[in-house]
Amino acid sequence: MNVMTKPTITEDHRTIGDVQMEVKNITLRFGGVTAIHNTSFNIRHGEIRAIIGPNGAGKTSMLNVINGFYHPQEGTITFKGEERRDMRPHIAATQGIARTFQNVALFKGMTTLDNIMTGRSLKMKKNIFWQILYEGPAKMEEIENRKFVETIIDFLEIQHIRRMPVGKLPYGLQKRVELGRALAMEPELLLLDEPMAGMNVEEKEDMSRFIIDINEEFGTTIALIEHDMGVVMDLSDRVVVLDHGELIADGTPDEVQKNQDVIDAYLGVAHD
Amino acid sequence: MLFFLETVISGLLAGVMYSLVALGFVLIFKASGVFNFAQGVLALFAALTLVGLLSGTTPFTHVDNPALAMPAWAAIPATILVMVLIAVLVERFILRHLVNQDQIILFMSMVGLAYVLEGAGDIIWGSDVKVIDLGLPQGAWDWLLDSHGLYIEKIELVAAGVAGALVIVLAIFFQKTRIGRALRAVADDHQAALSVGISLRTIWIIVWSVAGVVALVTGVMWGAKSGIQFSLSLIALKALPVLILGGFESIPGAIVGGLIIGVGEKLAEVYGGEVIVALFGRWIEIDPGIFTATENWFAYVLALVFLLFRPQGLFGEKIIERV
Amino acid sequence: MFYRESGQFKTGYAADQAVFPILQDRWGVLLMLIIGFVGVPLVIDDYWANAVFIPFLAYSLAALGLNILTGYCGQLSLGTGGFLAVGAYSSYKLMTGFPELDMILVLLGAGAITALVGLLFGLPSLRIKGFYLAVATLAAQFFLIWLFYKVPWFYNYNATGQITVPPREALGFLVTTQKADIVVRYLFILSIVTVFAIAAKNMVRGRIGRSWMAIRDMDIAAELIGIRPFATKLSAFAVSSFFIGVAGALIFSVWLGAAESGETFGIIESFLVLFMIIIGGLGSVLGSFLGAAFIVLMPIGVKNVLVDWFGFTAVFAKHVEITTFGVLIIFFLIVEPHGLARLWQIIKEKMRLWPFPH
Repeated sequence: MNVMTKPTITEDHRTIGDVQMEVKNITLRFGGVTAIHNTSFNIRHGEIRAIIGPNGAGKTSMLNVINGFYHPQEGTITFKGEERRDMRPHIAATQGIARTFQNVALFKGMTTLDNIMTGRSLKMKKNIFWQILYEGPAKMEEIENRKFVETIIDFLEIQHIRRMPVGKLPYGLQKRVELGRALAMEPELLLLDEPMAGMNVEEKEDMSRFIIDINEEFGTTIALIEHDMGVVMDLSDRVVVLDHGELIADGTPDEVQKNQDVIDAYLGVAHD
Repeated sequence: MLFFLETVISGLLAGVMYSLVALGFVLIFKASGVFNFAQGVLALFAALTLVGLLSGTTPFTHVDNPALAMPAWAAIPATILVMVLIAVLVERFILRHLVNQDQIILFMSMVGLAYVLEGAGDIIWGSDVKVIDLGLPQGAWDWLLDSHGLYIEKIELVAAGVAGALVIVLAIFFQKTRIGRALRAVADDHQAALSVGISLRTIWIIVWSVAGVVALVTGVMWGAKSGIQFSLSLIALKALPVLILGGFESIPGAIVGGLIIGVGEKLAEVYGGEVIVALFGRWIEIDPGIFTATENWFAYVLALVFLLFRPQGLFGEKIIERV
Repeated sequence: MFYRESGQFKTGYAADQAVFPILQDRWGVLLMLIIGFVGVPLVIDDYWANAVFIPFLAYSLAALGLNILTGYCGQLSLGTGGFLAVGAYSSYKLMTGFPELDMILVLLGAGAITALVGLLFGLPSLRIKGFYLAVATLAAQFFLIWLFYKVPWFYNYNATGQITVPPREALGFLVTTQKADIVVRYLFILSIVTVFAIAAKNMVRGRIGRSWMAIRDMDIAAELIGIRPFATKLSAFAVSSFFIGVAGALIFSVWLGAAESGETFGIIESFLVLFMIIIGGLGSVLGSFLGAAFIVLMPIGVKNVLVDWFGFTAVFAKHVEITTFGVLIIFFLIVEPHGLARLWQIIKEKMRLWPFPH
């Protein structure tokens, strides 16, 4: 298993730094069912980290643990040097962890613009009295953040749907808006849960391009779950493989592809 | 001690009535996801119809015509027929059009239905207080009064008996019959039920008819106690805390919840004032009678406190949220 | 048709974020304000003020309050009647306890007290959702009504158990009791409601409004982008109750002049206000006004038609009114579950495209 420890420069000239997040000995149970069992791995600054595994392997549960939606029974999470028993959603958000969801969790009744603006919530500090007045500080803050959001809208090429309620958008565009909302938080660590599920080839190419650009231009660390192996192998620097809630491999795409346990897991070889 | 026992028993008996109303809610909620706020008015309407038929009232004119009066054996099935008709109309004119709407919209449509039935009941049968006479026994149960000195109303015992019997019948209906099983299938998964060829509309009509019959029983029992009038429809509000305790989808929950609320309410009314005075009396002057007329809200507060500790209700399962 | 936005270019985000970005809308609102502040006072009489305009305005404010909680933040409340009562009774205590206090301060005080009570009853929203929460708000309704009926301090120990408004001034103008000039009363309530409507519009288009809607649409996702669900819900409860409290104070002091907890603010009121926002449009400021107008005017219309035209008795008319009410609600829910505000939006869309059908 190749665990990199020193800052490295990748072939495409990105710098991958120290460990940013460390999950250690995580065990998560629901009643009698163990969703994740004693799993440890790390995520380093600036890398694209993939989490793969067959259905029901505990990948989404892992993301839920990382941003504090589920609370593991055992283990610790270290983020930015601070070790915690478990993460809390609000702390994760303020510390710069953003997230997209497997089944698109947009605010259906709101427009694209408003959805992405909600991602700025933590950056907007003006209290309710200024907001009631609106004219003045609240308006300045609104415009400042709107400018930032417009750069994201330009980046994701969704200018034309700015004023449309997101509930009526096609799935591929919804996924893009959701990515925009996460980006609006200016995250340090971006978790993407199956960003390309249900997309056609063209949409997948677009999304891959966005992910690479986000990583390169903003230096955002990305952890993603994806089923399309081609995409995973192309994009990621390192891959974690989970199966039945346990970590079975961790390494570069090449290493993981050759790992016998991984091949068995995907071919469905019986466990002993 | 005797007085305490009396309080508990009369609380239990009142609780059975709450269970009965709650049962109507649960049936419809399980099968259609509709929060049937009209159940209380449905009970009022059913009782009004029955009284109207028994006394031969001409609809809309409110004139009694003894020559047209039906005997009970004919009037009861006729009333049930009317309730089935209402079920058909509700499905045809409301539910069918609101299938995939938000729960709040469905709920408001039920409030709308409550208004329609209330107005219709008044227009058709008149709005004066009516007395229902099905030959149910009145007064105290002498044997208990003589031998143990307990004062228990006969009518309450009868009501409890009927409610208990109805619950058993419904339980058998749901567990043992084909239609009952189909109803439960719908409750679990609408799509799945449709794919095995159960017509959702038929199911709704059946479940609303059953709820109509439950409403009739509720209306008659409650009406026999305190007359048939508008306030009867307010028992719907009584059932809500019961539902919170028992959970919206649990039949045993509705029954146990009703009993708990019934007893809790009676105890609060009888002893609440004394308790408050004992606790705080030395600092502020409190009228011991303060806890009278608490029946409107005490059950809610009881349910609310309970809810804070166990949000899924007595018999509900803890929900694991997923993203 | 002159409802076009072509030729109107926005040169900055400020202009794009204005309340009414389209010029014709701004003229329309200005026209409504001129009619409201200048036109109506010229023609208003006691009947129209007391039966139509003042109740319409007071209920609009209440509907606005409930819409913030239910329409924008997604928390169903059936306790509006109780909160209206808190507003009314606290304004009464403020007026009688501090006779020198200006009515504007009385209203703000009543709003603040109601907001605190609202916060208290919003606490269960930490753990419960949907209908369970709705039932919790019903607890508030029944408890509050009982409290005002049972504790004589709230009605200053008077024998009738009623509260009656004393004559009070706002900025030197007498605005309460029958002695107050009807135009002054009307303008007073209109000004208050206008200010609150602007405040509501400002809140719902800014950060706080977006947080409310985010919680409404998907609370889990909202939490993961840093919107605290509990604090956000509580803020909606507080703001909503503030609005409803002021509305309750206005209903008591400017409109009715007297009130009795259960009679004036019973559960029926809770449903009426809820109907207003559903018929008007959930999550719409304009809808709150349209819904209030509909609910205030509908019974007057039914009564006029049945009693004055067809000569039915008042009792019969009342029953028909109840039935019609129910039928109309069901009709509206089926035809346009998004309310009158959406209908208006659709009409505007059509006008923009006119004469082309699409």
